[in-house]
Amino acid sequence: MKEKLVLIGNGMAGVRALEELFKHNTSSDKGSDLYDITVIGAEPHPNYNRIMLSPVLAGEQTINDIILNTSEWYEENGIELVTGDPAIEISRIQKSVITESGKNIHYDRLLIATGSTPFIIPVPGADKEGVLGFRDIHDVQTMVKASREYKKAVVIGGGLLGLEAANGLMKQGMDVTVVHLLDSLMERQLDKPASALLKASLETRGMKFLMEASTAEIVGDKRVSSVKFADGSEVEADLVVMAVGIRPDIELAQKAGIHCQRGIVVNDTMQTFDPLIYAVGECVQHRNECYGLVAPLFEQARVAANHLAQVGSTRYIGSMTSTKLKVTGIDLFSAGEFNEEEGDEVLQMQDVASGVYKKLVLKDNVIKGAVMFGDTMDGTWYFSLMRDATNIADFRRTILFGQHDLGDAGHGEASAVMSLPDDAEICGCNGVSKGNIVQAISKNGIFTLDEVRAHTKASSSCGSCTGLVESILASTVGEGYDATPSKKAVCACTDCSHDEVIDAIKDHELKTMDAVRQFLEWKTPDGCAACRPALNYYLLARWPEEYQDDAQSRFINERAHGNIQKDGTYSVVPRMFGGLVKPNELRAIADVCDKFEVPEMKVTGGQRIDLFGVKKEDLPAMWKDLTDAGFVSGHAYGKAMRTVKTCAGKTWCRFGTQNSTRLGVKLEELTWGSYMQHKFKLAVSGCPRNCAEATIKDFGVVCVDSGYELHIGGNGGIKVRVTDLLCKVETEEEVLEYCAAFTQKYREEAHYLERTAPWVERVGLTYVKECILDDEAERKALAERFKISQKVAQVDPWKERADGQASHEFTPLKIAG
Amino acid sequence: MNMNALKEELDGDSGMDVWTEVVALDQIPQLGSRVIATDTMNIAVFRTASDEVFAMKDECPHKKGPLSQGIVHGTSVTCPLHNWKIDLASGEALGPDEGCTNVFSAKVENGTVYIAFR
Ligand code: SRM
Ligand SMILES: Cc1cc2nc3c(=O)[nH]c(=O)nc-3n(C[C@H](O)[C@H](O)[C@H](O)COP(=O)(O)OP(=O)(O)OC[C@H]3O[C@@H](n4cnc5c(N)ncnc54)[C@H](O)[C@@H]3O)c2cc1C
Ligand code: SF4
Ligand code: FES
Repeated sequence: MKEKLVLIGNGMAGVRALEELFKHNTSSDKGSDLYDITVIGAEPHPNYNRIMLSPVLAGEQTINDIILNTSEWYEENGIELVTGDPAIEISRIQKSVITESGKNIHYDRLLIATGSTPFIIPVPGADKEGVLGFRDIHDVQTMVKASREYKKAVVIGGGLLGLEAANGLMKQGMDVTVVHLLDSLMERQLDKPASALLKASLETRGMKFLMEASTAEIVGDKRVSSVKFADGSEVEADLVVMAVGIRPDIELAQKAGIHCQRGIVVNDTMQTFDPLIYAVGECVQHRNECYGLVAPLFEQARVAANHLAQVGSTRYIGSMTSTKLKVTGIDLFSAGEFNEEEGDEVLQMQDVASGVYKKLVLKDNVIKGAVMFGDTMDGTWYFSLMRDATNIADFRRTILFGQHDLGDAGHGEASAVMSLPDDAEICGCNGVSKGNIVQAISKNGIFTLDEVRAHTKASSSCGSCTGLVESILASTVGEGYDATPSKKAVCACTDCSHDEVIDAIKDHELKTMDAVRQFLEWKTPDGCAACRPALNYYLLARWPEEYQDDAQSRFINERAHGNIQKDGTYSVVPRMFGGLVKPNELRAIADVCDKFEVPEMKVTGGQRIDLFGVKKEDLPAMWKDLTDAGFVSGHAYGKAMRTVKTCAGKTWCRFGTQNSTRLGVKLEELTWGSYMQHKFKLAVSGCPRNCAEATIKDFGVVCVDSGYELHIGGNGGIKVRVTDLLCKVETEEEVLEYCAAFTQKYREEAHYLERTAPWVERVGLTYVKECILDDEAERKALAERFKISQKVAQVDPWKERADGQASHEFTPLKIAG
Repeated sequence: MNMNALKEELDGDSGMDVWTEVVALDQIPQLGSRVIATDTMNIAVFRTASDEVFAMKDECPHKKGPLSQGIVHGTSVTCPLHNWKIDLASGEALGPDEGCTNVFSAKVENGTVYIAFR
């Protein structure tokens, strides 16, 4: 027998909790494995996207566009849905809920998600016809109807909701005045300069403002005709929208004797004081906070679902929130504590002519708050720096110019996303336009980057357009966009972050994938294509001598030791240490190409030769010939050490200061065979002319007369990033030691699929320097650990397979009989 | 294997499954696959962690990527080319992607894998 779960409140947080609950199913059945579910909703609609009421009011979307869960969804998932019939009583003794129409519904577990109600200022006349809040479909329908019959609207409240209401009513053709009690709009989200810019911008669109006006009375017969203020002045009004705040809807809970303060008080597992009763959403008070944005509510929903599913491994620990205004054409972003206090520092930029304003509040080089107006492209970036408490000292001088100033060859210039036309191509890999993305978001009720990826494929390949997609997401769904949950899980199989996995493997000496999944309570028995390669790598990096690599957890390229091609054939790239090559080696390659009828050969950008279009079953034989000629695998297919690019250097070049080719060969001999979180490339240039492009490599050496400059964290691919200078050393031996130490530091700490460039940006150059430069013992220990892991790693996989290992991988089956 | 011969064998048969022995189970890695080359197509045979076997045409509904080369997890496989997730039992793309690949019945008896061609 399944237990009975009842949800009161058919809104965004409650239904999200049910969706999260279904994800815990162990069978592939729809609905819940554990519960029979009844949902009780006061509104006569299925769950819809409340956030989108603003665009609906503005005529940019229809009610149909914003339905999140259709009636069929409830049916398919076996949910009994009661609409238009509010719950009026909870009997905790009988464990049942009574509705207005007299239904008596038993529960084993109850989830309260009643949201909040708009606060109506208790002035005389507030109950007149034409006075309303802005909360649900009914309110929007009332406003749209009024706009057809009447002309003048007054919106009380110059906050987010008020301005969106005013904008919508204006779009519906009304003459709108916004009345605000204070002297600046959206004072909870904006500082004064940003607020002034916003006001000016709205005024040019025709919105009128009455600032510092305190409403005293709503005047009229049956219907409102004007609003009177404390100073005796008056404005005409046929419609008054009160948007001065919301109150958590706790009436029902309070009546049932559940402990409430401002909201229904819950613990970290979203349980009320009655452990059978959970609560999520705006009606909740958690660690003294009530939230009014969907991102934190969705996190609450996830935790409640986790607990209801009896997994019980997660807790809600509160959220940081950021704000966007959903008024088309106005770019505004705010997060954290944007009004500086004593001891804080402020970075500020203002360009009056182009209407751009940016301000960051820092404490000890960590971002505490941000306000932006006009150009909000980097809002999500600042927000994630803030959430991660990243030390920004290293790029403090340029941070206000945005992330692309750190190096972004891809899309750096496309700043104002919202001004892009619908047919602008956003994702170059998959040919997805801005219009496609916006449509997918509204049609499917999408809130996260992952969902956009799943539905449109945008940002799912090379990732260079991720920033743009995030901006489109943010400006389409407004603040509901949860770019930055309080932590980012490895994949859908777990709630743990990469760091938590890495730490658990180390601290609890977990040595198999099963042990990790069991210890961290993975939701799937054998993971997925995203987490398996990550776990396999983390274990390999931590226990190089003990852990047995799992071929089935490697992406095909690493399993077959060649790059899979679009037609299912493979490419073969033999290693050429430091880019040097001998005539007999070239001959051997030529022979191999003849023998196996290789359709195309090409000199690569990594100073070696690529043989394309090789049939999988030919690989081992081809590798045999190559290894006989002295070649080893080039790992051109791996999240691994790739190439060491070198230039002519002192031996031949008239400018060469050191033997860059010899050093390159030594470095490649040191590092080849090593698996990493991502590809890893090195280069050595013989002088600052830098012909080997060492300053866009993961580890680059630029030789100078007095020694060697060591550069780290460069990237020449999707997002070009120039290296940071680590230090200068005098001897080749030191270069090798520092290289080994840096490589190992990266191998031990970065997240899977995070290249050195984003890793260095995340942890900060200062941190890397501390570990490698300031602490000699630590540097030597790192270098030593690298060498230990290399003992196991430097076994040529091609030779092993040429000798017969993993032959099943390369031999198609013959059917017996 | 010759598919025409197979078809001939099937003619006169009223659509009954004809089980063909393909390989010993332990010749397929757990959470891995093998490829059977036939005259008309390649067929991928997958083995899950719990030793269930599945067989389907080795062609992704997206752009014909060789599914046999993907990562197997639970009872699905992720295509190696562009990460579509395909359900091993039905051959259908999971998630928002749409498309389907032909599947064949497969079973294990006494440590040997059989596939039904019909
Ligand atoms: C063969 C080669 C192109 C060429 O003909 O020159 C090549 C080919 C591929 N590159 Fe590259 N890259 C090649 C040099 C480069 C370079 C230039 C360099 O290394 O000096 C870069 C920019 C430098 C850098 O990495 O910082 C480069 C940046 C990329 C990227 C973007 C990486 C990034 O961090 O932004 C990818 C995608 C990825 O790794 O996720 C990529 C991915 C690929 C893949 C593996 C695509 C894939 O996943 O299947 C291509 C495989 C083709 C194939 O089927 O064999 N390739 N790729 C080059 C092989 C070099 C070698 O000898 O190993
Ligand atoms: C116009 C507008 C714009 C917004 N824009 C944004 C934005 O851009 N970004 C953002 O993050 N957030 C935005 N919000 C806030 C966001 O919509 C809410 O935070 C979110 O909907 C709260 O979810 P909830 O489930 O707690 O409450 P709700 O979604 O309000 O759901 C509660 C439901 O419970 C029902 N209910 C109440 N009492 C009972 C009862 N006794 N019996 C049965 N049912 C009951 C209510 O009728 C309601 O349907 C906006 C809100 C509005 C109104
Ligand atoms: S070789 Fe590199 S740049 Fe060329 S198509 Fe492939 S991934 Fe893109
Ligand atoms: S071919 Fe399979 S995902 Fe593209």
